[in-house]
Amino acid sequence: MIKLRNICKIFDEGTPNENPALKNINLTIKENDFITIIGSNGAGKTTLFNVISGNMMASNGEIYIDNKNVTKHKEYKRSKYIGRIFQDPLSGTASNMTIEENMAIAHKKGLRGLKISLNHKLRKAFKEELKQLDMKLEQRLKTNVGLLSGGQRQSLTLLMTVLSGPRLLLLDEHTAALDPKNADIILSLTNKFIKEYKLTTMMITHNMHHAIEYGNRLLMMDEGEIILDISGKDKKDLTVDKLVDKFYKIKHKELESDDIRLTNED
Amino acid sequence: MIFKQIINILIVAAPYGLIYGIMALGVFITFRILDFPDLTVDGSFPLGAAIMALFIVNGFNLYIALFISFLGGITAGIITASIHNYIKVPGLLAGIITMIMLYSINIRILGGSNLQILKRKTILTNIIDLFNKTNIPEELILIIFFIIIVIIIKLLLDLFFHTDLGLTLRAMGDNTQMVLNQGINPDILKLIGVGMSNGIVALSGAFFAQYQKFADTNLGQGIIITGLASVIIGEFIIRSNKIFLITLSVVLGATIIQTVEITGRMYGAYVFLKPTDLKLIKGFLLIVILGISIILKQRKKTNKKIRTGLTL
Repeated sequence: MIKLRNICKIFDEGTPNENPALKNINLTIKENDFITIIGSNGAGKTTLFNVISGNMMASNGEIYIDNKNVTKHKEYKRSKYIGRIFQDPLSGTASNMTIEENMAIAHKKGLRGLKISLNHKLRKAFKEELKQLDMKLEQRLKTNVGLLSGGQRQSLTLLMTVLSGPRLLLLDEHTAALDPKNADIILSLTNKFIKEYKLTTMMITHNMHHAIEYGNRLLMMDEGEIILDISGKDKKDLTVDKLVDKFYKIKHKELESDDIRLTNED
Repeated sequence: MIFKQIINILIVAAPYGLIYGIMALGVFITFRILDFPDLTVDGSFPLGAAIMALFIVNGFNLYIALFISFLGGITAGIITASIHNYIKVPGLLAGIITMIMLYSINIRILGGSNLQILKRKTILTNIIDLFNKTNIPEELILIIFFIIIVIIIKLLLDLFFHTDLGLTLRAMGDNTQMVLNQGINPDILKLIGVGMSNGIVALSGAFFAQYQKFADTNLGQGIIITGLASVIIGEFIIRSNKIFLITLSVVLGATIIQTVEITGRMYGAYVFLKPTDLKLIKGFLLIVILGISIILKQRKKTNKKIRTGLTL
């Protein structure tokens, strides 16, 4: 269970440019929750992820993972519990190293010793794991990751992150940089892995259909606040129209088409 | 006639090439693996030489002395990495700071600006004595000895880069975020990597002092350029993603540079070159090679674009 208590993040605090990016966020993430997060640009979605993962320190408030206060822990320490995938497919893997070497690195968490990493047994295990991606990568263990396509690289990152067994999986628009076909493949893989490995997940997306279709809980953020938190049956019955309607009721303003990109490609 | 001259050059150049090859392997770790431009090398090379010379003069156990030189280099590297990690100084500047400090330290160790070890027992004289009765010429014994030393260091490095720690070190130079995501503190990896690199460089310095039979504070001046040029020339002749071949290419690169340098020293006078012009020529060589490799890279990229364009 992950708890956020009164989380605030203010950029350029004490200057004329002071900008509150997160305002008093309180959130309890239950075991096996799959939360989708939507919101316009600048709503604070990525800042929220940065604060949870420790990439940024919160200006105020506390973060608990399994009742352990990790507010002051640095990013690399929190990485033991948190797996994060970014929008950029290049950010999760090392280009100049082979697929098997990348997988060997992700195989363990924390500082490691002088054991020879790759052996026959491990290679066989990696092959089996790669088969789940259905991209024939199991035949290319010795290929440099830099030679893979964006979609293949992102699926490899996804597989590596999932296999490292994170307590919380943070997906930061991890399909946004891919073409629609590859984005769909990655998304269905994501959904499959989350169910299979019972992962607690938070996923930022710009696609309202995806936000509604996937997950058991939906958060909408606006100007640094969580303005909507829908779960259970309400989440199941949700449609794009209902969501837009709800937002309108709360904010009393039209959703600008540019703000939240309403994609209608089904 | 010409053939004989080439052999002559090679016999003179090979020991230097191999000794500098060890140093180039150290430079390769920082510049290529860690992506940390470390200039400490200019100080840790003479540091290794100075420590070794001091112990030789005092009649200390030679192999322990060699090990202490290695440790001295590691310490220098750790200081650079610490300045970078904890005082947030850019890597380049951190290296320069340590390098300058080492200049004074080296003078302290040597008790002056240089130290002779002409008629002293060194590891090299021990090896020569060992094969005294065979008719193998001294030069050849030393060349074979250095080849063996370089191979041992190279293979140990290859092995290290196949371990869990070695792999993460390589990943950090490639993608720091990935290492962070794995729950590893990149600061620690930098301490290990830069430390190891300078340890190897100091080891190279220790052998250099024994071969030249003296240690000098100015030994290291511009040595980083020799190391870097070796790495780049090596990449130029062997392109691979296999560590085994990459480390081999670094040693080959160092040998090529030394061959060119020795040729320049022996025959430069015919084209009105002085030995002091060598650094200038080395710089030009580096610029030309860097230029060519950038052009080749760009050509490769455009080729790739055309190819992917066709498949789409």
